[in-house]
Amino acid sequence: MRRIISVLLENEPGALSRVVGLFSQRNYNIETLTVAPTEDETLSRLTVTTTGSDKVIEQITKQLNKLIEVVKLVDLTEGAHIERELMLVKLKATGSQRAEIKRTVDIFRGQIVDVTSSVYTVQLAGDSDKLDGFIQAVGTAGVLEVVRTGVSGIARGEKVLSL
Amino acid sequence: MELLSGADMLIRSLQDEGIEYIYGYPGGAALHIYDALFRQDKVKHILVRHEQAAVHMADGYARATGKPGTVLVTSGPGATNTITGIATAFMDSIPMVVLCGQVASHLIGEDAFQETDMIGVSRPVVKHNLSVRHPEEIPEIIRKAYYIAATGRPGPVVVDIPKDMTTPNERYEYSYPKKVKLRSYNPAIRGHAGQIKKAVDMMLAAKRPVIYAGGGVILGKASDQLTELTRMLGYPITNTLMGIGCYPASDKQHLGWLGMHGTYEANMAMHHSDLILCVGARFDDRVTNATEKFCPGARIIHIDIDPASISKTVEADVPIVGPVDAVLKEMLSLVKESKARPDADALGSWWKQIDEWRAFHGMRYETSPDVIKPQEVIELLCKLTNGEAFVSSDVGQHQMFAAQYYKFDKPNRWINSGGLGTMGFGLPAAMGIKLTHPDDEVLCITGEGSIQMNIQELSTCKQYNLPVKIINLNNQALGMVKQWQDMNYESRHSQSYMESLPDFIKLAEAYGHVGVRIEKKEDLEPKLKEVLAMKDKLVFVDILVDRFEHVYPMQVARGSMKDMWLSKTERV
Repeated sequence: MRRIISVLLENEPGALSRVVGLFSQRNYNIETLTVAPTEDETLSRLTVTTTGSDKVIEQITKQLNKLIEVVKLVDLTEGAHIERELMLVKLKATGSQRAEIKRTVDIFRGQIVDVTSSVYTVQLAGDSDKLDGFIQAVGTAGVLEVVRTGVSGIARGEKVLSL
Repeated sequence: MELLSGADMLIRSLQDEGIEYIYGYPGGAALHIYDALFRQDKVKHILVRHEQAAVHMADGYARATGKPGTVLVTSGPGATNTITGIATAFMDSIPMVVLCGQVASHLIGEDAFQETDMIGVSRPVVKHNLSVRHPEEIPEIIRKAYYIAATGRPGPVVVDIPKDMTTPNERYEYSYPKKVKLRSYNPAIRGHAGQIKKAVDMMLAAKRPVIYAGGGVILGKASDQLTELTRMLGYPITNTLMGIGCYPASDKQHLGWLGMHGTYEANMAMHHSDLILCVGARFDDRVTNATEKFCPGARIIHIDIDPASISKTVEADVPIVGPVDAVLKEMLSLVKESKARPDADALGSWWKQIDEWRAFHGMRYETSPDVIKPQEVIELLCKLTNGEAFVSSDVGQHQMFAAQYYKFDKPNRWINSGGLGTMGFGLPAAMGIKLTHPDDEVLCITGEGSIQMNIQELSTCKQYNLPVKIINLNNQALGMVKQWQDMNYESRHSQSYMESLPDFIKLAEAYGHVGVRIEKKEDLEPKLKEVLAMKDKLVFVDILVDRFEHVYPMQVARGSMKDMWLSKTERV
């Protein structure tokens, strides 16, 4: 099953490599990984999406918790949560395609952020399924380049992951 | 406050930490530190002949004393040579701090002479590693390193020290922190009371209980509590290879150790039990055999300081995260308070069954009128040393024979590389033990394959006068490899013979020691007595043993606990 694990990590050199190393060393999957500092400059927030049986996910969270630099973590998929991913796509846009692409971008509530005579660059945010859906809708033939940030997530409601 | 250079701060920190010995080898990036070491005499340095041996020495010291070992090496090859030793300690959760020199900060990343990314290289085999970025951090980093190494589930910690952090003429204020606080590292100090209560109720209601104890009992210094609880309940107890000595082997409740080469009765009792109390063990594949066939009727209580060890390979019904000594203490008082008592009838018939299993095999082996059997060498050594020696071993058949036939009644006396299975571990580990236990008998039981992996340390033994007794069970082959080839590869002995073995007697003599060869069965006892009487000499005893012997019992691959070979022809 797909899980989103959100980790508060000491903002120290080498901490990220320890997390990434753990995944490869123990044969766990990483589908996406995002990491950036938080409002507290001593902490980074890392979000990793992974897949595995309940047993594997339990081991992943336990092994992550064992890393000295991991301060706290939560499996967001255990409760209601919001997930977002940002995508930048370059699309071939000539002739009649230009209007069609513009319409599709509007339907997906994206924005065209750069234009040339033959190319649109589109920005789109949402959960991963929505981004996949957009690519499918415009058709892979017209896609020149795709950049995705990977998933960020946060719990719904009052729940907070902090010190 | 005192002003000290980084190198002096490092050595002073070790003094303030109470470190007695460092094992190491100097080199360019560590020279400021070695100079600081020279200018004091509190911390003694032992110069090995290869850095791997320094780590095994520190490891042997740690296993015998329960205190963290300390290693000091230079950058590059000095550091990478420690990796096998660090991985050995990591797999067996041995507390240790490895101080590595590093090229100066401004050279890092430039492929400088003797540069290796030791933080990166060591990462998968350490509990943690730390890098010094400013000399002023040294005292705190050293304090942190020992704190992390020795608390919770212990393990090795590497400290990487760039050369410019130890420059002699740059001085800083020194004070050694009494305490360290890490917001992200808080090992459990007691178990969950509700879980412990639930476990005790289950234990008292069990009909066919068995206690399965591991190395965690020894690391957690909980042998006394375990022994008291086991005796109070009257339950059978088995332990892992790493747990040998955590409960007296000569006691009638002890079934010997379990797993791949465990006793028939221990493996049978596990398989047929209805309750397993696992204390500080980790259901390792050398214990469980095929996990899907593991102990089908048993409910499992698992006590461990490391939550990740629980339900990793075998699902626990009652997990208890906490230090084993504290948890066992709580269990003891609950058992005392409880009105419930173990079911005497059920326990009686359980013991009757176990005693039948015991009588059925009883660790028998065939003797021969003229060939020396490795098992009888160990039995004899156990008798001649009253079962009180510290025994280190290497890895292979001799390791299994030593663990099977030497009866340990005390913890911290059986010293072997159980998790990683590191050949070459035995001699340096024995040296680390002898250094701090000069009056105790220290035996290194080894084979002609393993001993050659760190034989250069005979030179270190001469320098520091370490009269260990090396018992070389010489079967002229890599015995365990050959056994597997006999059993699984129709006796095609691919690369398992050691042709042109050295003359070990001359070799021992060349290093300034005594060599004794035993070839005839009738010489075995008198010669071993002579060897053990040479208290102040290192004696290399080369014993020619049966070349065709196999280790039994041996679990059948991919079977359950109860599927075993009991000899070359008997399978149950």
